[in-house]
Parts: sequence; C-alpha cells; structure tokens
Amino acid sequence: MADLEAGMRAQRPLSPHLQIYTPMLTMMMSVVHRITGAALYFGMVLLAWWLLAAAAGPNAYGTFEWFIGSVIGQFILFGYTWALLHHMLGGIRHLIWDTLHGLEPSEREMLALATLVGSIVLTVVVWGIGYLAMGGPR
Amino acid sequence: MSERARIRTALGRVRGPGPAHSGTGHFWHQRVTSVAGIPLTIAFIAIVIGLLGRSHATVVQVLGSPLVAVTMLLFIVNVAYHMWIGMQEIILDYVHDDLLKLVSLMANTFYVCVAGLAAVYAILKLSFGV
Repeated sequence: MADLEAGMRAQRPLSPHLQIYTPMLTMMMSVVHRITGAALYFGMVLLAWWLLAAAAGPNAYGTFEWFIGSVIGQFILFGYTWALLHHMLGGIRHLIWDTLHGLEPSEREMLALATLVGSIVLTVVVWGIGYLAMGGPR
Repeated sequence: MSERARIRTALGRVRGPGPAHSGTGHFWHQRVTSVAGIPLTIAFIAIVIGLLGRSHATVVQVLGSPLVAVTMLLFIVNVAYHMWIGMQEIILDYVHDDLLKLVSLMANTFYVCVAGLAAVYAILKLSFGV
C-alpha cells in the first residue's frame, strides 16, 4: 500500500501548470491577460517619459517625439495600444464573471473570442482615428 | 494570553482573515481599480489621440488644463495601484525563493512609486507651471 501510494505520487503532477493542459482559447486569453498586464506595467515608463518630456521643455519633448515616431517607437506604441485594449476587455470579461454570469462553456468561449477579436478591431479603429487626427492621407 | 485566545483551536485561528491578518482587500481593490480603469482608459486614449502630432506648446497647454490634468492624475494613480497589486500577484505566483521574493516585492513597490510619482509630478508641473 505504501509502495503503491509512493508510485502514484511520483507520477501525478502535484501542481498541474500550463504545460500539462491542452491549449484552449479561454486559457490562452487568461495567459495573454497576465502578459499584457505585465507589459503595460513596464509601459508606464513610456507614459512617464512622455509626460516628463512635456514638462521638461521643447528639447526633451523633441527627443521623445523622435523616439515614438521611429519604427521601433511606432511598433512599441502599437503593441501598447493593443495590450491596453486587450487588458481592458479582458478585465471587463473578468468583471462579468465576478457577477457569476457568462460561465457556461459556450459563453466562456464567446467571451474569450470577443476579447481577442474586440481588442484587434479596437486597436485598428484607435489607430485609424489617430491617423485621421494627425491629418490623414496627405 | 486571554482565556478566549487560549481556548481557540488551530482551525479557529486560521478561519476568517487567518494568520495573514487581512482578508480579500487586494482582491476587492483590484476590482475597484479595474472598474474605474475602464472610463479612465478610454479618456486617456482620447487625450493621447487629441495630442498626436501637436506642438510642444499645445501639449503643455492641454495637459495642464484642469479637466485633462485631473483625468490624467486619476488615470495614473488608479493604474499605479492596480499594477502594483497585479505585479505582486505575479511575483507571489512564480517567485518561490524567500530572499528573491522579498527583493522582488520591494522592487515592485519602488518601481511603482518612482514611475507613478514621476508621471504625477509632470502633470502637476504642467498644471502649475514654473
């Protein structure tokens, strides 16, 4: 009996983690919610830089504008936009679940898909509005 | 030790808030800041879009105007607290070494204070000038 228990214990994952489970959309959206949260955490540097540059003066602001206008800067800003919107929609999804609604299998899948599609669509919409605000096609 | 404390069982002691002496405060605060974060995030994006490509003078004027400044301050403070709780949760999930965990939790607090205060200071300077 003791040997059997020891044998079973050795094979059983004590703390099943990501690699144990088959990837599913709801699971991936949960992972992405945490990753976008962590990314936005470090993105706070970008926000602080923008505001400090504006407060410091035209030269510092020019440096920030040069960076954010560069290919890398635009790439980061696009990722920041998507992360922000995805994390917001993911948060709304969690708030819905907190009220014990939307927890049925089909509803969970629908909400996960809505988070992903919604974040991509909203990111394109926000950048479209931003493009027009910048003067649009010239 | 009072009579009441002495007769409590081990189970009785960990019930309620338990040995941590606090309950679901962070869980609740994360919900409050997430609800507040929805309109603030939308407002933040609108402010950024409105300032795209504008001159430094215009950006200074807009960010320093009362309505925009207060909105930005609310956004920054709300986000700072929200991300402090969030990163703490991530650290507690993945960092198991006691010393590294302690250092990580402190670094989280320091980073949030520095980044948050820098952003708040910038808004205040833009608002009050000098």
